[in-house]
Amino acid sequence: MSDPLLRIENVSKRFTQTSGLIIRALDRMAGRTTRQTVHAVTDVNLSVMRGEVLGIVGESGCGKSTLGRVVSGIYGPSEGRVVLNGKPVASGGDGRVQKLTTQVQMIHQDPFASLNPRMKVSETIIEGPRQHGLVQGQALRDKMAELLRKVGLEESYGDRFPHQFSGGQRQRIAIARALAMEPDLLVLDEAVASLDVSIQAQVLNLFMDLRHELGLTALFISHDLSVVRHVCDRVAIMYLGRVVELASAADLYARPLHPYAVALLASVPTIGTGRASFHPIKGEIPSPFNPPPGCPFHPRCPHAGPRCRIETPRLTDPEAGHSVACHLFDGGTEQTTGKAAA
Amino acid sequence: MTTPVLDVRGLTTRFETRKGHVTAVRDVSFSVAPGRIMGLVGESGSGKSVTGFSILGLIEEPGRVTAGEVMLDGTDLRGLTDEGLRKMRGRKVSMVFQDPMMTLNPVLRVGDQMAMAVRVHEPMSKRAALDRAREALTIVGIPAPAERLNAYPHQLSGGMRQRVAIATALLHRPPVIIADEPTTALDVSIQGQILAEVRRLADETGTAIVWISHDLAVVSSLADDICVMYAGRIVESGPAQTVISAPRHPYTHGLIQSVPSLHEPGRKLPQIPGSTPQLGNLPEGCPFHPRCPRATEVCRTEPPAHRTDDRFVLCHHPLETP
Repeated sequence: MSDPLLRIENVSKRFTQTSGLIIRALDRMAGRTTRQTVHAVTDVNLSVMRGEVLGIVGESGCGKSTLGRVVSGIYGPSEGRVVLNGKPVASGGDGRVQKLTTQVQMIHQDPFASLNPRMKVSETIIEGPRQHGLVQGQALRDKMAELLRKVGLEESYGDRFPHQFSGGQRQRIAIARALAMEPDLLVLDEAVASLDVSIQAQVLNLFMDLRHELGLTALFISHDLSVVRHVCDRVAIMYLGRVVELASAADLYARPLHPYAVALLASVPTIGTGRASFHPIKGEIPSPFNPPPGCPFHPRCPHAGPRCRIETPRLTDPEAGHSVACHLFDGGTEQTTGKAAA
Repeated sequence: MTTPVLDVRGLTTRFETRKGHVTAVRDVSFSVAPGRIMGLVGESGSGKSVTGFSILGLIEEPGRVTAGEVMLDGTDLRGLTDEGLRKMRGRKVSMVFQDPMMTLNPVLRVGDQMAMAVRVHEPMSKRAALDRAREALTIVGIPAPAERLNAYPHQLSGGMRQRVAIATALLHRPPVIIADEPTTALDVSIQGQILAEVRRLADETGTAIVWISHDLAVVSSLADDICVMYAGRIVESGPAQTVISAPRHPYTHGLIQSVPSLHEPGRKLPQIPGSTPQLGNLPEGCPFHPRCPRATEVCRTEPPAHRTDDRFVLCHHPLETP
């Protein structure tokens, strides 16, 4: 097997909330500490092969966007490290983050916020390559024209401003800007979530075309399970900052193992299956300020046993290429006394 | 079939802009019977939300409902004064919005604002009003409703807030509820919970619900009937299962086909070319013709007339039903 392009090794990311001066002074007088820590991402291990599209799915607050930002170098990890092309690019502790602009490019959810409204589309697209001196002069213009064509826009659109475009067209511009840097890795964070269904199909088709044409490697972050199934090779499901299941898309959707994955897939409304009888997951996602001990899913899990309340399950591989973090697959949910057998 | 509790006929809403009139809703007609859920589906700018607002008389300047009637339980809402409308809203028809914070007052406890909503229409003691509020919270499946009455909206999660908004809409047991994208901002697992409660509500209390959504999958698993809107018009309507399994309007067909879950992963998705036209600048003839694979000369010049062979379709060349 070839070396993966991206390795995420034991990455955790915590955010500490500090209060304002007055609150701090008051708390100090009362003898309280006010620092609250969010465990946004906890001990995540993932790798992405060259040419692969890895989907990261989960509900709001599961840490999928934070993970995407750690990979993009926007945040440094609190622990663990990110290895790109065999070289560590970010590691916890020293907080050192290497500049990744030329290697990793991100595409954001909201194409209305991610494009500078005062810059012509052409300037937006070629700003990166020009700054980094990748191409110059006439080559710059040729490249811009080529990029616009690649994402299905007319060359003349380069002279327009973002407000003259619809949401779908803006997302095409954002894709062109990302491709302009010829990155090794694309990180798409909810890139089609704000688009109408018919436009979403256009952008997904564009992504799939470009992927085959350019051999793109990508991290595809989304809350939409059916979109992820359509474009990803492998999928990781996250819950409260942890990866709870990882498998090939086909495998995961056909036979989800983790109780959360099973319930999540069951609660996705599907078209054409008739009026559904709903079997929703009980309860709500716990606060990441105060995650439950043991397995993060145990308060909502129908199979939770005593062991789940104490011991956090690790990712294991009950089948080749299909990992799951659940005690149902590593010896049962009953509490084990002393050292676990086997 | 039971008599409809909400019957909308020829509803038309216009907005006055510097560039002239924009007709956001044009000649929209549908009806909903007690206990039924009607899904109003469309993409952004199709006029589905404006339709909801128009029914409740919530259109503000520069907009105006210019034609049509809205019969609610035997009363034509369009004939009412502002005061008359205010008496109907909440009692006979309520609205649930996408963002529950549009309904909830952030500085009042949930119980206080719900009690206020009760006493606006029915004079009673605050204690009795709070009892009513607690009952409504129970109906929408809120655990420990008595405690929630004392909470402020910011202390509740998004899903809980939306339940409170739905419970508030239910306080007077109105025969009709209009819900505008109420689960769009929620996570899948919470959306599943709310859809289950809404379905139960319609089945058990006979409330008629107009469910406005862009999400075909949600509507097809929840609604009894569907109206599909495009450029301010209803282009197709009928029983949900029939419309989804055998759409007749090319737009409905294209919309359903662009849903990824219907296709083998990795395959190219059938897409509708182009983008939604701007309402101020609609093409001649059928507004869908520039994007339509079935368009012919007549579509470019003549607006299509209603066809109601087996169901309502607004198209010159509808697809044949198998």
